[in-house]
Amino acid sequence: MRLDQRLIAEMIEPGTRVLDVGSGDGALIDHLFRLRGCDARGIEIDMREVTRSVAHGLPVVHGDADHDLAHYPDDAFDYVVLQRTLQAVERPREVLRQMLRIGRHAIVSFPNFGHWQLRLKLLLSGRMPMTAVWHTPWYETPNIHPCTIRDFIALCAEEGYCVQQWMAVDEDGERAPWRRSIRMANLFGEQALFLLRREGECPPVSEKH
Amino acid sequence: MNSTAPLDVGDHQHATFPDGLDLECGVHLPSLDVAYRTYGQLSPKRDNAIVICHAFTGDQYVAETHPQTGKPGWWARMVGPGRPIDTDRFFIICMNVLGGCMGSTGPRSLKPACAEGKVERWGTDFPPITIRDMVRAQYKLVRSLGIERLFAVVGGSMGGMQVLEWAVTYPHMMLAAMPIATAPFHSAQNIAFNEVGRQAIFADPDWYSGRYWEHNVVPARGLAVARMMAHITYLSEEALTRKFGRRVRQEPKDAQAPEASLAMFGDVFEVESYLRYQGSAFVRRFDANSYLTITRAMDWFDLAAEHDGELPAAFAGTPVRFCVVSFSSDWLFPTSSSRYLVRALNQAAANVSFVEIETDKGHDAFLLDEPDFDRTVRGFLCGVADHAGLA
Repeated sequence: MRLDQRLIAEMIEPGTRVLDVGSGDGALIDHLFRLRGCDARGIEIDMREVTRSVAHGLPVVHGDADHDLAHYPDDAFDYVVLQRTLQAVERPREVLRQMLRIGRHAIVSFPNFGHWQLRLKLLLSGRMPMTAVWHTPWYETPNIHPCTIRDFIALCAEEGYCVQQWMAVDEDGERAPWRRSIRMANLFGEQALFLLRREGECPPVSEKH
Repeated sequence: MNSTAPLDVGDHQHATFPDGLDLECGVHLPSLDVAYRTYGQLSPKRDNAIVICHAFTGDQYVAETHPQTGKPGWWARMVGPGRPIDTDRFFIICMNVLGGCMGSTGPRSLKPACAEGKVERWGTDFPPITIRDMVRAQYKLVRSLGIERLFAVVGGSMGGMQVLEWAVTYPHMMLAAMPIATAPFHSAQNIAFNEVGRQAIFADPDWYSGRYWEHNVVPARGLAVARMMAHITYLSEEALTRKFGRRVRQEPKDAQAPEASLAMFGDVFEVESYLRYQGSAFVRRFDANSYLTITRAMDWFDLAAEHDGELPAAFAGTPVRFCVVSFSSDWLFPTSSSRYLVRALNQAAANVSFVEIETDKGHDAFLLDEPDFDRTVRGFLCGVADHAGLA
C-alpha cells in the first residue's frame, strides 16, 4: 500500500462504512477490512483492476465517480474516499457534493498544481509544465481539472464544507512539514490530502500565517 | 420420431413433498417432486451449502456425466474438486426446476388425481408457474436437507433470475448471491424471442394441441426450430463468424457437388448444419410442454413488479453479499441490464461487486472457458467465506 494510502487509512475510524472511489487494485479497502474492521467497498473504472479486486474477494463494482455516486442513498457511508482522481473527473464540484451526500466524511487527495516546479516551468519555458507528478503532455492527460491547494480550500469554503484535517505530502506520500501554512504547502506540497465533513463545528482554515 | 421416447421421465434422484406447493397463480400443486444432485460434503455446522440454479434448458447434472446424453456435466469446468466452486470445500446442491422435464414436477409428470388407474399427464394443463414458484420448490428441498442457511446461491441466465428471486424471497437464508449473465426482468426482446419459439412448437403438426404423447410423437420440428433460434441468441456475431464464417459444408457423399454451393435448400453452410445438430440433439432430451411452461415463467419475471417498478425496494435492507457478472458480447442479457441491477443494489446500500468479463463468446460465455470469470467466482466465494469467518 502506498504511503499516502496509509495516511488515509489513519484518518478512518475503525469499524466504519467506507466507499473507495477509484479503488485501483483494492489495497486500501483490503487494508481497512483486515486491519480496521471496516465495511469497505470500492468503485473502479478499470475493468482489469475490478476483476483482480473481486478475484481477491473484495467488494468492488465497475463504475466511475461522475456517473455512479448518484445511485447511492444519502448517508450510506461514514467515509467516501477519492484518491488522486478529483483532477480527472468531469465535474469535480458535483463529485464532491455526491461524496458528501452519500458519506458523512469525504477524504480527497489530489496532486497540487500550485507546486513551485510547475509555476517555475510555466514561467520560464512558456510551455505546459511536466514534472514527475504531472507527467503526461497536455493533449493526452486525463487530468482535465487541475487545481491548487488554495483553490480547493476556496471551493470547500464556497460549498460550506468543513475541513476537518488537511496535509501536504510529497509524491511518495511522506508527510511534508508544511502543515502549518497553506501558502507554504501550496508552494512545496506535491500532493494534498483533505478530510472533509458536510458541515458543523470545525477548526477554521485560515490563510494568514 | 418415435425413437425419441417422448414420455420417458427416467429415474432421477428426487425428494417428494406430499404437501405439494401453493403456486403464485393460485393453484395448489397436490404433490411436488424435486429432482436434485449433490456434490461434496455438508459440514457439521451445515454452513457450506451452495445452491446452483441451472439455466433454461439445463438440469441438475451440473458436475457429472449426464445419465441420458452421456455428456459431461454442464458446468463441470466450474464445479468440482479444486474447481472455482470447490466441492472439496462446499456442499453443492443442484435441482431440476419446477416445470422441468428431468425428474422434478412438470408438464410431463402424472396428474396426482389420476396416478392410480388411468395414466394422465399434466401436459398443457400444467398450471403456469413463475421463477418464484421454482425457488420456493428449491427452498423446500434445501430445508429438507436440514440446511437453515445457505452459503451462496449461484446461477447464470435463467439460473441468475432464480438467484435474484432467492435473494429477494429468502434474504436471511443466504450469505451470498451470484447472479450471472442475467437481468432483474425479462425484456421485451427476450419475450419476443420466446414467443417465436413457442409459435414454432404450436405450428408443428405433431403438436396435437399439446397432447402429442397420445399420438406417440413429439413436436420435434417445432421444438428444434425453437432451439435453433434460441441458440443464435446465446452466441455473438463474432463467435459465429469465428466458428463458422461463411464456410460451406463438405459433403463427401455428394459427388455431383460443383453447384452444391448454389443450392437453395439443405444445410449448405456449416452454421446451418451446426444449428440443425443442436436442434435435433435438443428434442431428444427436452419436453415441448416444459419448454412452453418455463419460457412463460421467464417472461413473467420482473423483480420490481411487486414494488411499483422500484427495483431498489425489492432489495431494501438486504444482508446478502452480491456479485453480479456480465459478459461484454452478451446481447441477450447485456451488461446494461446488469448495470441497472447493480445501481438498484447500490441504491439499497447492498454489498455488491460487479464485473463485466471481456469476451466475444456471447451469452454462452458463462458456460465456457473464461479464466477471468473463473477467478472472479473463486475469489468472490473465498472473500465471502473470509468475511463470514468460515475456515
